[in-house]
This record gives sequence, structure tokens and C-alpha cells, in this order.
Amino acid sequence: MIQGKAFKYGNNVDTDVIIPARYLNTSDPAELAGHCMEDLDKTFVDRVQKGDIMVAGRNFGCGSSREHAPIALKASGISCVIAETFARIFYRNSINIGLPILECPQAAQAISDGDEVRVNVSTGTIENRTKGEAYQAEPFPGFMQDIIQADGLIDYVRGRMKQI
Amino acid sequence: MGMTMTQKILAAHAGLKQVEPGQLIMADLDLVLGNDVTTPVAVKEFEKIGAEGVFDKSKVAIVPDHFTPNKDIKSAEQCRLIREFAYDKGIENYFEIGQMGIEHALIPEKGLAVPGDVIVGADSHTCTYGALGAFSTGVGSTDMAAGMASGQCWFKVPEAIRFNLTGQLQPWVSGKDVILHIIGMIGVDGALYQSMEFGGEGLAALSMDDRFTMANMAIEAGAKNGIFEVDDQTISYVREHSAREYKVYQPDEDAWYTRVVDVNLPEIRPTVAFPHLPDNTRTIDEVGEVSIDQVVIGSCTNGRIEDMRTAARVLKGRRVHPKVRTIIFPATQRIYLQAMREGLLEIFVEAGAAVSTPTCGPCLGGHMGVLAKGERAVATTNRNFVGRMGHPESEVYLASPAVAAASAITGRITSPEEVVK
Ligand code: SF4
Repeated sequence: MIQGKAFKYGNNVDTDVIIPARYLNTSDPAELAGHCMEDLDKTFVDRVQKGDIMVAGRNFGCGSSREHAPIALKASGISCVIAETFARIFYRNSINIGLPILECPQAAQAISDGDEVRVNVSTGTIENRTKGEAYQAEPFPGFMQDIIQADGLIDYVRGRMKQI
Repeated sequence: MGMTMTQKILAAHAGLKQVEPGQLIMADLDLVLGNDVTTPVAVKEFEKIGAEGVFDKSKVAIVPDHFTPNKDIKSAEQCRLIREFAYDKGIENYFEIGQMGIEHALIPEKGLAVPGDVIVGADSHTCTYGALGAFSTGVGSTDMAAGMASGQCWFKVPEAIRFNLTGQLQPWVSGKDVILHIIGMIGVDGALYQSMEFGGEGLAALSMDDRFTMANMAIEAGAKNGIFEVDDQTISYVREHSAREYKVYQPDEDAWYTRVVDVNLPEIRPTVAFPHLPDNTRTIDEVGEVSIDQVVIGSCTNGRIEDMRTAARVLKGRRVHPKVRTIIFPATQRIYLQAMREGLLEIFVEAGAAVSTPTCGPCLGGHMGVLAKGERAVATTNRNFVGRMGHPESEVYLASPAVAAASAITGRITSPEEVVK
């Protein structure tokens, strides 16, 4: 179970604002986290606390394939991203590195900035404790549950390679 | 139900006769690609897997193109890490400075992508090789690591939008204008999770360089991949560049598409995407007065030889505006050499433009032309997001090489028709 304060943004939050390319000459998570979202919201890094939840509109994470984007979000303390839709590379990267993300248009629209939100990733249930509402996201398909249960793609592949 | 080109290629690589949209499959890979930004992360993950070597030394490509020639010490460290990895694992397709180019121009040129392939790259513009009738898509570093170790990658079989092209292009209109027009029409998430499949009799009007540009920007509409039907032009390109066997897949006649879009090429005008999204398009007739500080001609979108020739046609015998920094970067060493032999580089330098060695450089605001606060650039690149080319309050306008070159001369966004009479 995840619980935290919502940070709400709009549509098409791209990977260049999640972590600007000028900082990609490192892959250190802590260093990346220090610049997370700075071109869109300079105060984000100072305000975010461990467990907080990011909420956004359509096409979250569009743009580059940089895994640095979900890595920066995760290292900044964000525990889950809820959006109407995700860009596909961001979606697979998040699964692969173990950052839970949920597609739920209803929650993405209803949750306001600062709301206290609780998420059950395995069932896809999202609870808005500030507004006293609940929303239901599609849970992950079985195959992705396997990857998540193996704690990301690397362990999943390691397991598979041993079988071969 | 019939299958689209993408579905057929994925089925064949998963050892299946038939696949359905939404189905999760594990497919064999013909090429796994990475660059100096994404490979360092992949190397760390690769080491965690504990595999002895890569699945096939001839099927991994590593291209240090983003912050190279090394922009600073950190970039140099990243490049050293991937260089050592490439040598240690005996990777055959590692391209050092002096031979390298921007990855998505280099891979087809080196014959490493052919029709029917399944290719993943830890770079979103890996979708470029769809121009050759391959399934090719961007993934993350962890996928790259898993792909290098196992030779496989998981995919969700995508639905597709079909684009039927008809007619001929007008003068000064190129593949860049066609794809900007299409993205303007369907939006930056218009093809989310789907393939964009291009075909129809209008295909003949598009050169291979036009098709690379268009497939390159499929990701800018949110697509998983862009893919072109294979014709005589594709085959002669592949014969010229590659000795590898290839396989041509045609979509079934009863293939199912979420949408079929007719694109009438003669109606398309030179098109510009305004800040800060590639779907914020206007035709050149609607741009109004936009003064600029910089012009960038190059990148994996428009740094190929035809792009250089077009820019030279506009710049020949003219001078760039004294207040416009004009930076031209051919995408590979081969393109650079050809541009030199054809006298294009001389035209650029005489016009007052700076010519750079192949690099991603300014495209992602890395180096070689970063913008200051409030500055505006016209660029032939593919993204105009906030802060993409430098300061968060700078602006990027996406356009074709013809429009970019014309704008360099006048100092405002300009149609080539106005400059070349
Ligand atoms: S030229 Fe630009 S878009 Fe292309 S690979 Fe380099 S950084 Fe990415």
C-alpha cells in the first residue's frame, strides 16, 4: 500500500521536463533527482516527500526513451504515477525499473494538487482520502505482474536465462 | 482476421502464425542498439543479469553520438565506460569518433537494418528504420540490457493506423512537411501505443531520405513504430548498403486498422511546428512574423545528404543574416564526405554557416549551439519541448531544411519560395 500527497500536472508532461537532457551526462539517481521536473516546476524538488504521488493528464512521459526519467522520479521520492494515459516507452521503462504506474482517467481528473491519496498497486484501487472518493484502475496484465513480482525485468530475465 | 505489416513481422519473430492486437509476445531480435546516454545504464543492468557475453556480437550496436566528441569530463567517463564494455564483449558494431554518425542515420547506412527485421534501441527515434519495412522501436536501458543478454524483448502487439498516400509533392515540400502535417492532424498522442503504417501509390514520390525523416517522427505522434511498405526504392537502397538477407512483408488485404487516413501529398505546404509541441503546426503561409536567433540544420531527422543538398540550394550564393547563428551538422562521416565532394560544405561556409562534425549536439541542448533565455531557433530536428535546446524560456520551431535555410537568410521564419526565385 502506497500513500502520499498528490502533485498534479497537465497533459503531455515530456521526458525533457521530467529530467532535462543537459543533465544526462550522469546516470546517478540522486543527482538526477536533484533536477527532476525543474523546467516545469522549480519548487518540486524541495516540496516532494518520500511516498508522494504524481498525477497527470494524457500522454505522460512522452518524448525520449531515457530511463533517467522514471529513475529521477523514483529517486525524488515519488512512489506511484497516475495518469489518463502514458507514452509507451515511459510505461515499459517504469515497469522495468519497478516504478508503479496506473492508467486511470477518472482518478487523473478528480484528484487535485495536494490531495492525500492511497494506492493499492496490485488491485488498481485508488483512494482519495481528502475528497473521500475511490477510483478503479485496470490492474496490470499477468505477464507484467510476473515482471513486477520478479522485482523488475532484470531479475525476470536472470530467472529465465537460468531455465534455458 | 488479416494482419498489418507490423503484426506479421512480430508474429514471425515470436514463432507464431498469427498474433492479435493486445497480445503479449516474446520476440527474437535482429539488432539491439544503444548510445552514450542510455548504454551506461544498460551496462549496469547487464552486469546484474550475470550473462557471460552478449547474445550475438554482430547484432549489438553502440554509437556514442549524444555528448560527443566528449563535451565534458562526465561525458568522457560515460563514453569510456561503453567503449570498454564494447571491447570487452567483442561487440562488432561499436563506432568510435571519426567513424560514428548520429545513430539513426548510421545504422541504415551501415546496412544493419533491412526489411523484415525486429530492432530495438535504447533511443526513442529507433523507429526510424521503419522506413525500410522493418519493425523498429525505442525501448529503455533495462530492455537494452535484457535484449543484449537474451536476444529477445517483450512486446504488446499493437493496433495500427493506415496512412494511404496519393499524388506528388509540391516543390520545396519534403517528408518533413508531410510528417509535421500528419502530426498536426492527429496530435502528439494520436497514434499512442499503435503502429503508423504508410503505403499507397504516393509512396513513389517519397525518396528514402524522406521516408527516414517520416518514420523518425512516428514517436512524435506517440506511435510504437512507423513502417513503410517496401518498393523498388527500398530494395535498391538495401542492396547498395547491406549484404544481409531480408524479407519483405506486405499487409494482408483484410488487415484491420483502427483508422485509415488519406494523405493527399499535393495539398501539403511547407509546415512549421511552433513551441512547445510537435503537433502545434502551421503552414508557412500562416506563420506570420517570427524573428529568430539561430538555425540548426541536421540531426537524425534531417541530417542526410538530400537535406544537405536542399539547404545548399537555398544558401548558394547568399549570406545568412548577420544576427542568425547558423549551424549545419551532417549526420554521418559518409554524408559529411559526400557533402564535401559535392561542394556543399563550401557553400555553407561561404554563406556564413558553421559546419560541425556529426553529433546530436544542439538537438537536445547538449552542446554545440545551446540557446540562452528568450532565444528562438528554427531547427530541422524532431522535438520542440520546453527547454529542449537550452534555457527553459527559449523556443524551438521545427521545420524542413528548405525552410530552415531560407529563415537563416532573412532572420525570420521564411518560405524558400520567397528567397529562391
Ligand atoms: S539527433 Fe536528436 S533526436 Fe536524433 S538521436 Fe540525437 S538527440 Fe536524439
